[in-house]
Amino acid sequence: MSKDRLELLQGTLDLMVLQTLTGMGPLHGYGIARRIEQVSGEEVLLNQGTIYASLVRLQQRGWISAEWGISENNRKAKFYAITRRGRSHLAHAAAYWRRLAGLMGRMFASPAEGAES
Amino acid sequence: MTDRLRAAWNRLLAMFRSAPLDADLETEIAAHLEAATAENLRRGLSREEARRQALVRFGRVAGAMEEHRDARGLPALEAFRQDLAYSFRTLGRERSLACIVVAVLALGMGANVAVFSMVNAILLRPLPFRNPNRLVWFAGNEGQGGLSDQTYTVAAFEEFRRHNRSFQDVTSYQTFFSSIQYKLKGGDAPLPVVGVQVAENFFPLLGVEPALGRPFTAEECRRGGRGAVLLSHQFWQRQFGGDPSIIGRTLDIDASPADISGPVSVVGVLPASFDFGSIFSPGMQVDFYVPAYMDFWRGWGNTLAVLGRLKPGISLGEAQAEASALFPQLKAAHRDWYSDYKSRLSSLQERVSGKLRRSLLVLWCAVGLILLIVCINVSNLLLARTISRGKEFAMRTALGAGRGRLVRQLLTESLVLSGAGALLGLAVAWGITFYFARQSQLALPMLSTVRVDAAAFAWTALIAAVAGCVFGLAPAWRVSGGNLHDTLKDGGAGMTQGNRHERLRSALVISEVALACVLLVGAGLLLRSFLHLLDVDLGFVPAHVAAIPIEINDGGKIERRGPVLQEILRRVRALPGIEAAGLTDMLPLDRNRSWGLVSKENLDDRSQPHGAFVYVVSPGYLEAMGMRLRAGRDLSWQDRADTQPVFVINQAGARREWPGQDPIGRPAYGAGRGEARVVGVIDDVRESSLEERASVQIYIPMTQFDPEGAELVVRSRLPISAVEPPVLATLRSLNPGQPRTQFRAIREIVDHAVSPRRFLVLLVSCFAGFGLLLASLGIYGVISYSVSRQSQEIGIRMALGASGARVRLAVMGQTLRLTLAGVVIGGIASFAVARAIGSLLFGTEPGDPLVFAATMCLLAVIAVSAGQVPARRASRIDPISVLRGL
Repeated sequence: MSKDRLELLQGTLDLMVLQTLTGMGPLHGYGIARRIEQVSGEEVLLNQGTIYASLVRLQQRGWISAEWGISENNRKAKFYAITRRGRSHLAHAAAYWRRLAGLMGRMFASPAEGAES
Repeated sequence: MTDRLRAAWNRLLAMFRSAPLDADLETEIAAHLEAATAENLRRGLSREEARRQALVRFGRVAGAMEEHRDARGLPALEAFRQDLAYSFRTLGRERSLACIVVAVLALGMGANVAVFSMVNAILLRPLPFRNPNRLVWFAGNEGQGGLSDQTYTVAAFEEFRRHNRSFQDVTSYQTFFSSIQYKLKGGDAPLPVVGVQVAENFFPLLGVEPALGRPFTAEECRRGGRGAVLLSHQFWQRQFGGDPSIIGRTLDIDASPADISGPVSVVGVLPASFDFGSIFSPGMQVDFYVPAYMDFWRGWGNTLAVLGRLKPGISLGEAQAEASALFPQLKAAHRDWYSDYKSRLSSLQERVSGKLRRSLLVLWCAVGLILLIVCINVSNLLLARTISRGKEFAMRTALGAGRGRLVRQLLTESLVLSGAGALLGLAVAWGITFYFARQSQLALPMLSTVRVDAAAFAWTALIAAVAGCVFGLAPAWRVSGGNLHDTLKDGGAGMTQGNRHERLRSALVISEVALACVLLVGAGLLLRSFLHLLDVDLGFVPAHVAAIPIEINDGGKIERRGPVLQEILRRVRALPGIEAAGLTDMLPLDRNRSWGLVSKENLDDRSQPHGAFVYVVSPGYLEAMGMRLRAGRDLSWQDRADTQPVFVINQAGARREWPGQDPIGRPAYGAGRGEARVVGVIDDVRESSLEERASVQIYIPMTQFDPEGAELVVRSRLPISAVEPPVLATLRSLNPGQPRTQFRAIREIVDHAVSPRRFLVLLVSCFAGFGLLLASLGIYGVISYSVSRQSQEIGIRMALGASGARVRLAVMGQTLRLTLAGVVIGGIASFAVARAIGSLLFGTEPGDPLVFAATMCLLAVIAVSAGQVPARRASRIDPISVLRGL
């Protein structure tokens, strides 16, 4: 794994999973992991296994639902889908992230004392 | 928020479904790897490389699973569950040790919870009334003297009630309730019952509502009004089988000398929670309540006990100040009052349990010491076990277990043990409280309400947690301080390490001995006091004497009484086995009444008190009770209503009224009979308690004065059960109205008077014995451990020529050193403790040399016997086998 990949902030993986499910419809764990890797352009430092802790957390909060199904290569696999409550949480969280990102962008855009140029 | 709750709930659920959830996760991971491999194959990789890359991209499978488990469950709880399971496994392996520890803990905690339940019932739990902390008790005469000194006349009660500004209301009850004999007619023979006369506002003021029916009405409380009675719950259950249709039924009650006789109707039944006896007169069972007719009692002296409910915002001190000012004013306004009612006000709770507070606190401390000793003992046992488990812990550390995790594991084990001990202890406590709550002859207030309740459960949980941490601490500390390398290196002979263990264990044993010493000294002092008390010269001989309440059918005519009494006594004395018989209206250490005695010379001397306890007795009573006549003569049948009034006094009376003179034949006044003459002086009789010196007493002939009820006292070597039927038959033949009464042994009355002290001594002695046992176990444990650890060294020394006797001496020396250290520390602590319980002692100095010496000897003997076994084992070590083992 190369050094310049991003370390994920606490909670960001959960949001990525929710966002992926919103766009793609029901997916199994591998599908979600691949999709995140593709969207991030391989920029994210992700052990695919990590996704499962995130999935169970989201499931327990009632933001995603899970159902057993059959994968493309005919294996039994669990398919996850975002719930209504999950969508509303995502909407809130996305708005928050946009504001935070915007703020951070402005902070770093303005030349401040002691900041590295 | 709801999402969080839902998540928490799901996490908790997940803990109980970990096996299926793990299986699901494995299936998912397998599918994941399969899908990744398939994609890699499509990209043209070899099957092996495709699989390898899939695994690399996935990361550590075990790690992912661990993360998943942490995310879905409660990791802290999960670890605790593991510790718990592991604890049960290891303790299951050492079943005998676990059993000993749990048994010792159960005894210690059981005693603690039982004592807590008593303290809770008697001291802590509020009285079962509405706002009980606002209730105030009035003690007349500054709380000094007998019942007649501390009570009030109807006029004093009514005037204070009318004029005070501190109280919402003031109420009273008739204190001489046990002087009034009530009989319930209707059965084959009249049934003696116990009734209390209360003022109209008594129950409303306390906030006690009848469970059934209604309280008294104003009309029922007037003299000549409709007769009404409220039943106690217990009497209602016992006599009427809890029949709810009792309300409105008419009972035929006969009472003398009170003004209540004939048919009265039952207007209500009081709740089971109201137990008059347990609050106002411990050891007494009240059957029913009737209104006190104030107009009837107005002509009497001090007979009312007074209590009040403070107005909101008024403090006890303010009420006391008002009472101190108001009573003298009232006295000044009423020339005919003969007392100025200097009252001492206290909270009702203080009056009920104040005298017991110190005893109970001592008991509480004693039982706390026991728990401490138990903890030290268990700690010592567990410490030995930890040391032998050193390798296990070292191995676990080597495998990556953090020190905190090991400490947590050990504490979990301690908590499992203390939890088991607490559960068993609750059962022990339940048994003890069940037993004590039914000891109705024990003169302790609120005793019937002693039970293991929610507060006791909470207390149990608290002491279990504290105890678990306390005795788990030493082993845990040992583990956390251990040196991994040394332990793993198989350093059984790691001498420094061993010495450190031993020093810690020795310190524990020394403190155990010291604590046991404190308990023993305390118990010894209390026991000595109790023995002193039993040795007190009562002034009468309780053995083989019994008394039975009787009814005198003289038609209330004093001139007819002499022959009636003479006939009763003649017939009773003629019965086989009866050595002596006499009559009295009140027995010593039982109920009492106090009026006055003043010699003619001192009549105008108001500077000293003239109170005296009054007993109305027949000739022969003094002899039957074993009271000793010092001078003069006993009362005689020739002392009649139409002859010179006479009385017998005790020495305290002679000392006070005629100091240094012969009182026989002297004129004096007492009991409102005009001038009477002293005909005899008896030795002092303890009339109020065994601890207090006798007050002035006078004995008036029954043929010259109306008694308040009557007790027939007989002296007989036959058992009461053999005496009772013929005596009752004789009484019945003389008087068909004689109620079905029962004999009471005078011994019982004395026992009742000393029962609180007996109770304290018994419990503290039990605790001390238990403490001693634990201390000896502790000594035994440490010495035998040190012998087994030094067996090689001992073997070598014996091979070099040390004799068995010498080895034994060395071990005994070690035992004695530990004991001595404990005794010295304990002895010093005991001095302080003895001083603290000084007020509970009777005839015994806190520094009683006998008690201290006996305690030290006892501890030394116990220590020597505890050290004997390991010492003998040491002296039998075979040097050859030891040397071979090297």
